[in-house]
Amino acid sequence: MIYTSHVPEAPSFFARIWLSILVAFRIVFDAPLAARVRALLEPALDRSASDRGEDARAPAAPVFVPPTMAIDVAERRNEGALGLLALFQREGRLVDFLEQDIDAFSDGDVGAAARVVHAGSRRALRSHFDVMRVRNEPEGSAVIVGDDHAAASVKLTGNVGGSAPYRGTLRHSGWRVTNVRLPELVRGHDATLVAPAEVEL
Amino acid sequence: MTAAFSVGIDLGTTHSALASVSLDDETATSEVLRVEQLVARGAVEARPLLGSFLYFAHASEGPLALPWDEHRTFAVGAYARERAREAPLRVISSAKSWLSYAGVDRRAPLLPLGAPEDVEKISPVEASFRYLDHLAEAWDHGASRGRAPLREQSIVLTVPASFDAAARDLTVEAAYAAGMEDVTLLEEPQAALYSFIENAGDGWRKLLVAGDVVLIVDVGGGTTDLSAVEAVEVDGSLGLRRIAVGDHILLGGDNMDLALAHLVASRLEESGTTLDRFQMNALGHACREAKERLLSGSAEEVPVVVPSRGSSLVGGSLRATLARADVERVIVDGFFPLAELAEEPARRARGALTQKGLPYSPEPAVTRHLASFLRRQADAHVEQGTQPKKLLRPTAVLFNGGVLKAEGIRRRIVEALDGWLREDDAPPARVLPGADLDLAVARGAAYYGLVKRGRGLRIRGGTARAYYVGIDSPAPAVPGVAPPITALCVAPFGMEEGVAATMPPHELGLVVGEAVRFRFFGSSVRRGDLAGTELERWSATELEELSPIEVTLPSEGRESGDIVPVRLESQVTAVGTLLLEAVPLNPHAPDERWKIELGVRDPG
Repeated sequence: MIYTSHVPEAPSFFARIWLSILVAFRIVFDAPLAARVRALLEPALDRSASDRGEDARAPAAPVFVPPTMAIDVAERRNEGALGLLALFQREGRLVDFLEQDIDAFSDGDVGAAARVVHAGSRRALRSHFDVMRVRNEPEGSAVIVGDDHAAASVKLTGNVGGSAPYRGTLRHSGWRVTNVRLPELVRGHDATLVAPAEVEL
Repeated sequence: MTAAFSVGIDLGTTHSALASVSLDDETATSEVLRVEQLVARGAVEARPLLGSFLYFAHASEGPLALPWDEHRTFAVGAYARERAREAPLRVISSAKSWLSYAGVDRRAPLLPLGAPEDVEKISPVEASFRYLDHLAEAWDHGASRGRAPLREQSIVLTVPASFDAAARDLTVEAAYAAGMEDVTLLEEPQAALYSFIENAGDGWRKLLVAGDVVLIVDVGGGTTDLSAVEAVEVDGSLGLRRIAVGDHILLGGDNMDLALAHLVASRLEESGTTLDRFQMNALGHACREAKERLLSGSAEEVPVVVPSRGSSLVGGSLRATLARADVERVIVDGFFPLAELAEEPARRARGALTQKGLPYSPEPAVTRHLASFLRRQADAHVEQGTQPKKLLRPTAVLFNGGVLKAEGIRRRIVEALDGWLREDDAPPARVLPGADLDLAVARGAAYYGLVKRGRGLRIRGGTARAYYVGIDSPAPAVPGVAPPITALCVAPFGMEEGVAATMPPHELGLVVGEAVRFRFFGSSVRRGDLAGTELERWSATELEELSPIEVTLPSEGRESGDIVPVRLESQVTAVGTLLLEAVPLNPHAPDERWKIELGVRDPG
């Protein structure tokens, strides 16, 4: 499925007149087409509603949108996330691990699997992200959050009140990503296929 | 047009790399290209190493699209390497080792071995061309700032020092096929030394002095390569000269990981579990990582887990442990034992029935190969006024290749070497600081482009072997006895680029219109033979038979079937290959000469 971003050439004036007659006729008898047309018009309707200061449109009756168009749009939005999930499954078997129910297994078994997930996922994480701690002091030590700028990356808990500087104990040093290097997703590839099924011949 | 960059390409057995340095910027240092490659279906990443693997997709998979080619049906790099584990018959690996193997026709489409029918097989030369092509595509695709395509740059391509003339020729052929024109060959150990010099900057003068003999030990994924370079004083300044080269030994990191995997597999078998091929491969990977952690010193014991193949990871994994003692025993003692200097490495028996495949070395001990190399090359370094030595005596060691990242292995090699030096009353060798053991060759090759243009110290060397043509000696035929041959030296040891060696006129006759074949030999130890020297006898270790050479005289201006007396001429081209030609004693046209083909298939 290839997502094309170019707009088809606009029809001429007379072609548009003919099209309006044709469409009007077909909409009456073709419900799916009517739904698609309405979906195409929705953003315009939304915008004009907010211009008039009305609340966001209450969800109307479910719109039947044919599957192909829905996946096209959704896929574009989710490509990055799906790529990341596929990466951690490929390198660290993360989805396999999370999808399996582990209650019935011993700590030893879970531990052995966790080692596999840890080794591969860490490799995936570190080769695609540079991760740093937000605060370098050891957890459990007394720290001072100097000003509101520093406070922006700190979550305050306990007796939250007053103003900067804040004195307290560091419970979690936090994580920040300083660099991202994601694989390019190739056009035409089905990103929802996080891991293909494997059949041995 | 003049190239803007000097590009160094390391076409390795398991990984390839590309580095470049600007020719216009005086202060530039070598930079490694991050090569875009398919790492999984639908995912492309730019990585510094490109796996030397080529995977042929099956029709069911659809195209293996790259940013610059949506319809590609094959993959080069990380994904191909993955598929080598999963679908091995559709993947070419170790194409480079095939390039040096005289036992097959290296231009014939034989890879992948045993591939299913829908795969269009290709030759080792073409496989090499495909890797170069991918590197060129990645360079061109990533090119910004108006950088010219790769084929227009000045390219230095590295080859193992032990590659014979035919393998070098074939490597250049692959480069020309990729559209590259300005190509020069450079030996990998020399490239590693150049990288050392580049890294040292001006400080290299403190690290190398006249009289030094540098032993370069390169152990990669699939091969071990040994070389020696001496530092001499030339007109008041330091000069470097490559003085010795070892054999091409098919032994490397992959053998070591396999040995560890077998150890763990046998332990698992004792507790009742047998591993299938896929699990053995996964075990190999897990062992490699465990080995690196253990040899870098932190833990005493590391768990090794073989994950299950299905989606139930918990409860399906096989678990074993690998102790530092295991790794030391299997790898350090198994592959790098403290050998005696006089120990001979095990040799493949000639004529033994073997499966058609690469001639992997039957001797797993790298140190025994090293001992053999140093003993055979004892005369390579001439020192005035000293007694005859038992071995070539290095004063410094440079390590290269992924295997030698492990400090434990480096220490063991130095220990073995110092032991032999002590026996010969020589001082111990010091270790030169190396960096980036995976990328040094590519970087050094790029840097060499600057050196060729006068910036920096150049390593002189010439051919690493003397080459001989086998001529049938006139002798009465005896049934059951092969006719004796003499070996005529056509290229002396150390023949430099641009120098031509002419044989004294010899009664060699070629038949017009027929392909004439000669046996061809090389020697990395006979240094005194001049062009034209004839050897009537030699020991098995002195001369190594290479693949035959062949020449066909066209019948223009001559009668088919005529015999034309010729003499042989050889020279080393600017590219770095050996050019052998037959020149008629009575030419019909000025400068009439015929090129002799190297690397022809050995029918034997």
